[in-house]
Amino acid sequence: MTAINLGFPSVACPVVVEHVDLSVDVADEISALNDVDRKAELHTLEMKAIREGTVASVHSWELVTAVDGPGTRMTLFLSGCLLRCQYCHNPDTWKMRDGLVTPIEDLVARMTRYLGVFKATNGGLTISGGEPLMQPAFVKRMFKEAHALGVHTTLDTSGYLGKSASDELLDNVDLVLLDVKSGLPETYKKVTGRELAPTIAFGDRLAERNIPVWARFVLVPGLTDAVDNVEAVVDIIANWPNVQRVEVLPFHQMGEDKWDRLSIPYPLHGVHPPENDVLNRVRGQFEARGLTVF
Amino acid sequence: MTVTDGIRSDQQGLAETGPAEFVSGPWQDSINLRDFIQRNYTPYLGDASFLAGVTERTTGIWAKLSAMFPVEREKGVYDIDATTPSSITAHKPGYIDEANEVIVGLQTDAPLKRAIMPFGGWRMVATSLETYGYPVSPELETIFTDYRKTHNTAVFDVYPPGVRRARSSHLITGLPDAYGRGRIIGDYRRVALYGVDALIAGKKNDRAELDMEPSTEDIIRAREENSEQIRALKELVQMAASYGSDISKPATTAKEAVQWLYFAYLGAVKEQNGAAMSFGRNAAFLDAYIERDLKAGTLTESGAQELIDDLVIKLRIVRFLRTPEYDDIFAGDPTWVTESLAGIGEDGRPLVTKTAFRFLQTLYNVGPAPEPNLTVLWSDKLPEGFKRFCAQVSIDTSAIQYESDELIRNEMGDDAAIACCVSPMRVGKQMQFFGARVNAVKALLYSINGGRDEVSGKQIAPATQPNADEVLDYDTVFPAYLETLEWLAETYVTALNCIHYMHDKYAYERLEMALHDKEIIRTLACGIAGLSVVADSLSAIKYATVRPVRDETGLVVDYTVEGDYPAFGNDDDRVDAIAIDVMERFMTMIRKHPTYRDAIHTQSILTITSNVVYGKATGNTPDGRRKGEPFAPGANPMNGRDTHGMLASALSVAKLPYSEAQDGISLTNTVVPSGLGHTKDEQITSLVGLLDAFTSASGYHLNVNVLNKETLEDAMEHPENYPQLTIRVSGYAVNFVRLTREQQMDVISRTFHSH
Repeated sequence: MTAINLGFPSVACPVVVEHVDLSVDVADEISALNDVDRKAELHTLEMKAIREGTVASVHSWELVTAVDGPGTRMTLFLSGCLLRCQYCHNPDTWKMRDGLVTPIEDLVARMTRYLGVFKATNGGLTISGGEPLMQPAFVKRMFKEAHALGVHTTLDTSGYLGKSASDELLDNVDLVLLDVKSGLPETYKKVTGRELAPTIAFGDRLAERNIPVWARFVLVPGLTDAVDNVEAVVDIIANWPNVQRVEVLPFHQMGEDKWDRLSIPYPLHGVHPPENDVLNRVRGQFEARGLTVF
Repeated sequence: MTVTDGIRSDQQGLAETGPAEFVSGPWQDSINLRDFIQRNYTPYLGDASFLAGVTERTTGIWAKLSAMFPVEREKGVYDIDATTPSSITAHKPGYIDEANEVIVGLQTDAPLKRAIMPFGGWRMVATSLETYGYPVSPELETIFTDYRKTHNTAVFDVYPPGVRRARSSHLITGLPDAYGRGRIIGDYRRVALYGVDALIAGKKNDRAELDMEPSTEDIIRAREENSEQIRALKELVQMAASYGSDISKPATTAKEAVQWLYFAYLGAVKEQNGAAMSFGRNAAFLDAYIERDLKAGTLTESGAQELIDDLVIKLRIVRFLRTPEYDDIFAGDPTWVTESLAGIGEDGRPLVTKTAFRFLQTLYNVGPAPEPNLTVLWSDKLPEGFKRFCAQVSIDTSAIQYESDELIRNEMGDDAAIACCVSPMRVGKQMQFFGARVNAVKALLYSINGGRDEVSGKQIAPATQPNADEVLDYDTVFPAYLETLEWLAETYVTALNCIHYMHDKYAYERLEMALHDKEIIRTLACGIAGLSVVADSLSAIKYATVRPVRDETGLVVDYTVEGDYPAFGNDDDRVDAIAIDVMERFMTMIRKHPTYRDAIHTQSILTITSNVVYGKATGNTPDGRRKGEPFAPGANPMNGRDTHGMLASALSVAKLPYSEAQDGISLTNTVVPSGLGHTKDEQITSLVGLLDAFTSASGYHLNVNVLNKETLEDAMEHPENYPQLTIRVSGYAVNFVRLTREQQMDVISRTFHSH
């Protein structure tokens, strides 16, 4: 069987010249992109368009139900992420250059196609990834378009690049799915390769703006399941009155074959999903602080 | 036609015995069930909280049967009466537990004992008996080979060679030339509402009209059929009398209404081994009687539920004797006792009654089961309480299917029911000539190979220029395909005309047709198997690079595919348009050929479980599918290629226009429970939303399984732990543990939508 087309035609991008400030990390990523063996000129134009947000580097889209926000969602998985979570089940979304550069018009057209679906299911648009805030200009535009159509919007993020999200972007966000991958800074670093602090700062900002949050925590035996690590997550989340629910997601091994296909050594080979008693203990830790846990 | 005499006496009868008259109307002047229902049913807008649980009596009866099922599963049949050709009156009364049954009647004199029905074909009977180790009566063999010609023999007397070739090469398969065609729904309600005397009076009036017509072939046939119908109705009265009921007069209570209705259906399944013996649309009708008795205080909710539970138990144990080859096509011993529930009336009132809830409740009271094939005519306008109960039952049992009420009502009004899986028809006013389906994938391969079979190398279709290209070109392949399809359409309609001419002549459905109007609509239900493989293959040829691989005789036996192509099932118009184009064009080709009895041409995109056998007989295909691999069932996208979620997959299928497939378009989807949400409440809301979204997008049919793959895998290893595990396949439900291992593997290999 051959690979499946994503449903979007690949197009040459419009020339965009305006410069947009990026965080140092993103700039690194982009300079890495420019090194790749492709038509450099076209690539620069593409990257400019991504910075401007008139196109997005898209991994895939899916109509999903009840997992990426309320109702049935059109979930856009954007390419590019700076975190390298050990348990990542979509390592094929790490590199922005692996995505398909897609004009926003095409994505808006597809979203428009599903207005009836959103209405029937009380669903909407979710932008996920990868890390959607790698492409903040696009996210801002896309959510604005969504709101113009009356579509509920959800941002699925680790919060690590929260400072890339402008107030204007957040003005058009109805719900944030915020991954708090660990509560202890050193564990967070071990799990993701990055710092915890930006996520907390972003969560605080969402709390100030009173944007509803569904917090998520992936429970990985031997990695994130320590009592004190979980308790630290609980402390962070309990501080945010805008958190409507906490989803404790048991680690699963379904991502392993993707790591193998990409020839990346898989750090969690042989790790089993958490036992029920551990899962119940962790859920109990959240519930003990009055949080609604799924 | 009028049945005035019978009905007037009925009304007097009601006045004497019933507490309240039904609302009068035109239904009293002529047979008009719809009018009766519209004037007398009570829409129910609430939730499921009124329902009664199971009684000890019901549990006891079900336990008796449950104890017999393991033997039946083991042997394939529980028992056979090998010497009594079945008819409405051939068998003595039979009971499960005579003292405790509230609704009575069995096909033979004992539960699960199957009857022989040789009028369709003797060979099928003899093969079945041999398969299950029963002696074949030499006397019956002589009768049904030397003295009495059967449908099967007759059809083969008239098949032209092209049909035989297409049939033996698996290009046209599953044809009802060796088994009963089914897909005819008698309006069994008529017996309860009017009593048989009134129905006979009506048929006699019809006959008087026919006697005034000139004796052309059509009229002579109609007179003979009318006589047969009257004879069958008289036999039905005798059969009911053997159980102590006088159904010559109308039913006067809810219990009688259920019983009369069931007797009528029972007569049909005693007489005909039809592939699908569907039940109709009875809930709102029965509800009128139940409501009346509840109001009068002569019935309790628990009593009402017992009536429906007992009826459903009877419907669950309808059995036919069938051969292993038949089971390959229709796996799991299905009978398609399809009951169509709910929908919205033409006046906007929901046709949801408490009895619709009661039918669904049987799946809790006596556990999940594949039969009756409970079918909800879904509309986003259905009352919320009913929608949520349906979704809950689907999540708990995976036993119900959904069809678009809007599409069906717009075409056929609000008293239509589903026959078999997806075939809608006006109850008592329409029947179909069932036509199984053609293998559209094989036809594509033939067109590339100049009409030769890709497996056997034999010339099957008329010889054309074989494709000689190194790389397949869409603009060469597609016109050649159309040419092959033109020939196939003609051959197919020819086959069906032969079959139905002979079925009417040698295996006429006397009783079912007695419960129809004199003038009826007939459809010729053609069908396509493998549409998604065809669409993906053509898409691969158009958007990727497909190179044929030829053997030493020049026959293309394989294809290499380089590059990506859009696959059906991802809401991608580039390929979805190909699927639409193929089905529309084939429908147009079918319509060119005249039909027996001027039947209206229709088609379905439905495979039942034959997607496995069709796939087995079909070579490698240009989409990368390997030789022998199953097709996707019905209109389903190919397994694993629908990568954009369950709804995107469904929306591709929803684009297939119902106007060009009025016999139905089948989609089966499996979703894991967690794919619908965390809590039961959330899951119910999600499923209701999905059904609303799908039907609002003109989706026609959706089979919903809510299951984990692990459950099915465990059931394969430990079938004894899952006697009632029910799953929806293409258009019907089966006991998973009764499927062959091959079919179980096919089910498990299909896409389980999660996150």
